[in-house]
Amino acid sequence: MMGRLRTLTRRTFLIGSAAVAGGVVFGTYLAKRPVKNPLLTDLQQGEAAITPYVKIDSSGVTLITPRADKGQGAYSLQAQLIAEELDIDPASANLSPGLPGPAYYNGTVMEESVPFPAYNQGAMAETVRRFMHVPAKLLAMQITGGSSTVPDSFVKLRMAGAIARETLKEAAAQQSGIARDQLSTENGFVVLPDGTRLPYTELATPAAGIEPVTDVELRSKSDWKSLGKPMQRIDMPAKCTGTEQYGIDLQIEGMVHAAVRANPGLGAAVESYDATAAESMRGVQKVLPIENGVAVVADNTWRAWRAVDAIDIQWAAGPYPASTDEIFAKIEKVINNEAHRDHRQRDEGDVESALEDGDIFEAQYKVPYLAHAPMEPMNAIVKVTDDQCEIWTGTQIPLFVRDHAAALTGLDKENVFVYVQPIGGSFGHKLEDTHVLQAVEIAMALKGTAVKLVWSREEDMTHDYLRPGAVAIGRGKVADSKVDTFDLSVAQSALLPDWFGRLMKINIPGPDATITTGSWDQPFDIPNYRVTGYRAPTMVPISSWRSVGASGNGFFHDSLLDELIHKAGADPLAERIRLCLDDTSRKVLEKAGEISDWNGPSISENRGRGVAFCLSFGVPTAVVTEVTNTDSGIKIDKVYVVVDVGDVLDPVNLEAQVFGGVIFGMAHAMNCETTFENHAAQQNNYHAFEGMRLYQVPEFEVVALSNAGKIRGIGEPGVPPAAPSLGNAIFAATGRRIRELPFNKQIDFV
Amino acid sequence: MEITVNNTSYTIDAEPEMPLLWVLRDELGITGPKYGCGIAQCGACTVHVNGYAVRSCQLAIGDLGNSQVTTIEGLGTTQSLHSVQQAWIENQVAQCGYCQSGQIMQAASLLSTNPDPTDDQIDAAMSGNLCRCGTYPRIRAAVKAAAKKLQEV
Ligand code: FES
Ligand code: FES
Repeated sequence: MMGRLRTLTRRTFLIGSAAVAGGVVFGTYLAKRPVKNPLLTDLQQGEAAITPYVKIDSSGVTLITPRADKGQGAYSLQAQLIAEELDIDPASANLSPGLPGPAYYNGTVMEESVPFPAYNQGAMAETVRRFMHVPAKLLAMQITGGSSTVPDSFVKLRMAGAIARETLKEAAAQQSGIARDQLSTENGFVVLPDGTRLPYTELATPAAGIEPVTDVELRSKSDWKSLGKPMQRIDMPAKCTGTEQYGIDLQIEGMVHAAVRANPGLGAAVESYDATAAESMRGVQKVLPIENGVAVVADNTWRAWRAVDAIDIQWAAGPYPASTDEIFAKIEKVINNEAHRDHRQRDEGDVESALEDGDIFEAQYKVPYLAHAPMEPMNAIVKVTDDQCEIWTGTQIPLFVRDHAAALTGLDKENVFVYVQPIGGSFGHKLEDTHVLQAVEIAMALKGTAVKLVWSREEDMTHDYLRPGAVAIGRGKVADSKVDTFDLSVAQSALLPDWFGRLMKINIPGPDATITTGSWDQPFDIPNYRVTGYRAPTMVPISSWRSVGASGNGFFHDSLLDELIHKAGADPLAERIRLCLDDTSRKVLEKAGEISDWNGPSISENRGRGVAFCLSFGVPTAVVTEVTNTDSGIKIDKVYVVVDVGDVLDPVNLEAQVFGGVIFGMAHAMNCETTFENHAAQQNNYHAFEGMRLYQVPEFEVVALSNAGKIRGIGEPGVPPAAPSLGNAIFAATGRRIRELPFNKQIDFV
Repeated sequence: MEITVNNTSYTIDAEPEMPLLWVLRDELGITGPKYGCGIAQCGACTVHVNGYAVRSCQLAIGDLGNSQVTTIEGLGTTQSLHSVQQAWIENQVAQCGYCQSGQIMQAASLLSTNPDPTDDQIDAAMSGNLCRCGTYPRIRAAVKAAAKKLQEV
C-alpha cells in the first residue's frame, strides 16, 4: 500500500503514515527523495519514503529516536517528546535508535545549507550554523544564533505522536461508528465513551488503511503530563545493570579483533617496520600496513595490543612544530599582527583612542590543547564484502562515515550501512572517524570477516583531534569605578577549515568564527568594546571539544572582565549586572547572586568566591564558585549555577547536564593539558590527564530560569564559565591571578 | 584453566598473564566490566573477587586461583536489583553510563564492608573511579541512599 501524506500548512515538514506488515508507521515524509529504509523493507520499491518515528504493530509500539546519544539523554528525551502526544508510557515502548541507512537523516537536514545531521545539541552544527549566519552585525546579541535542532525535534516529534494518536482514534471512530471527538486516549488505548478500551496494537492495521489525520494541534504546555516534570531516563536501568551495549561491547558472528599503532606524529607516514616478533605471537592472524600506521589482527583484543606493541616501527616526523613551546611560539607570533587578523566582529566606541594613554591594563592569557578522552575509547566493527560494507560504531557523523567508507572501498554509498551504537562519552571525539576508516582498511584485507578495532587508551589519547590551544591578550581601562574599555585579542589555529577540509574535502573561505566564539558575542555594553580574532597556522589537527570556541574564549573574556572590574574597585557581580544589556542574561546573573547570598568576593580569611558568565549556544550561564585556600591547596567548596534554556523539558536531566558541564570545564582547568614533544602528544592515559576525582567535587546548586523565548540545548553551556569562575574565586581567596590553564601548574588543589 | 564468574564455571584456554578484564570481555562475552585505561587509573573495569572490588585490568587470570568473580551482571538484574543499583536508578546517576558498572561495583564493595560510611570514607573509596561525564554529585548521593536502604533491610 502506498504511503500517504497530507500537507501541513505553515510547517516545513510533512508527517504522514505508511503501512508495514501487520501495522503502521508515522513519520516525516521525504517528498523529494525516497531513500532506502530498512525498517520498511516490507514496502515495495519507491514506497519507503518515510522516516519513521512511531511504529505500531501487533507486538507493540516502537519509538525511533534517530539522534545520537552521547550520554546527554537524547534517546530518552526524543521518546518522551513522542510519548507526550501519543499517550503511552515510553518505558513500555520498544526504543530503537533507528536501523542502518540514510532514511534517518531527515529531509529537513538534507535541505539545510548546513551539511549536518540534526543532532540534538551538536556542537559543530551549532557553530557552523552560527558561522553561516555571521554577518557584520552582532546577531547573537539578540540571542538569535544557535540551535535550530532542539526546537525542531521539540515540535516535530510531538507532531508525529499527535498525528499517530489522532489517526488511531479515527480508525477507532470508523470501527465503532462514534465520532472521533467523542473518543479519548490513555496509555496505549483509545477509550470509547462507554469505557471500552481498544489497544493501539489492534488499531494499527485499520489505521494503516486510512488517511492520516494531520490537522492536529499540539497540547499546550499547561496540559503536559510528563514533559516539564522530573522524568526517568529510559536508558537508566540498562546503564546501572551493565546491560547497555556500547559499540565496544558488540559482538558479531565470526568477528576478529584488531589493534593499530599509528604515527604519533599526527598525519605522518610509516617509514618502515619490522613485525617479525609480532607475527609469531599467540593468536595473531595478520599484520598489515594501514594509512600512517600498522595493524594487527588477532583473536582477542589484548593479544592484538600486545602484538602491536611488539612491532618495531620507524616513523616519519609529524608535519608541524615538534614541541608545545614551538607551537605556542607560532600562535604568539600572529596575535595583534594585523596581517593575520581573521575577523573583528565587535568594535564599539573608540578603543584605539581610549588606549592611547592613561593607566592601561594589559595581560596575557593562555589555554592548552586538550584531548577529549571519553571513557569509551574509539572503536568500530566493520565487515566488507564484494557488495557491501557494514559498520557498527558510536558516531555523531554517520553520513560522513558512510561517504568516507564508500570512497575507501569503492562501493556505492547505498551499499554502505552505518549502524549507530550507544556512545560511552564523546565530548566531540566522535565527530571524527579516523578509527572507523582504519577498521575499514583492515576489513578490506579480510573480506567477509567482521573486524573489531578498539583503540587502546594510549592510542586514543595520542591520536585525538584536540581542542585548540590559544593565546589572548587583554587590554583595558577603567573610569569612575566602572569598566570603560575592554579590548581582547585571541589567536589560535582555525578549527572549522581544518575539520571541513578533513571530513568534507572542501575549503571554506573566509573567517573562522570559532576563534572568538564565546567572547565577541557576550551581552555586555561597554563604552569601548572590541574583540579581534587572529589566525595561527594549521599545526596539530584540531576539532570541536565540548562547547567548541567558547571553551577557551569563556575563560579569556570573563577573566579579563574580572580583572578590569577589580581594577575599577567595583563589585564583580554588580558590575557584570550593570554592564549587561540583555534582560534574560541579567536575570541569570541576578539569580546567581540571590542563590549564592553574594556579598562580595571575600567570604572570610582564606575563603573567596568568584562569579563568571558566558552566553553560549544561546544559553546565558552564570557560575558562582566558593573556594578555601587551605595549607595544602585550593578546596572547591560549593558551586552555584544559573542557566536559562526557555522551556525545561526534563529538570532532572537538565541539572545533570549543567553540573556535568561545569565539572568538565573545571576538571580540565584544574589539571589537564595535551603537550607535544618530538611531534607526539605526551599525555597518553588518565594518570597524566586526571580531571576531577570524587573527593574534589564541590556541592552544587543548579537553577534553570525560563525567561528566554526559545527552547535550548544544555549539553555544553555549563563548560565555558566554569574555568573563569574558579580562577576568579582563586583570586578572591589568595590574591593570585592565574592567567594560564591548567591552574595546577601554579597552584595545588585538594 | 577453570574460572568461576557469577557462580558459573568456565574452562579457559589463555595465557596466565591475560588480564581478567579481557578474559571476561573477549573470551566469555561478559561485557558489563568496561575497559577505560588498562592501568588502574579509571575503575571502569571493577569487579568483585571474593566480594572485594578489584580492577580486573590488573588481575592476571593465572593469579585468580579458586577465587569467585562477580561482575555487574552478577550483582543484580533489572528484575532483581541490588540496593546500590536501585539507588543509582532512583538518583538518575548515569549519563553516558560507561563508567557506571565500575562505580556501582566499587560502591557495593564499600557498603558491604562499611555499611554506614562517612563522607570522607565515601570520597576515599570512590575516588579511584573516574567519570568523564561528571556524574559525581549524584554518585555521592546514591551511595548515601544505598547505605540507608541496606540498613533498612
Ligand atoms: S580499565 Fe582497569 S582501572 Fe581503568
Ligand atoms: S557517566 Fe559517562 S563517564 Fe561516567
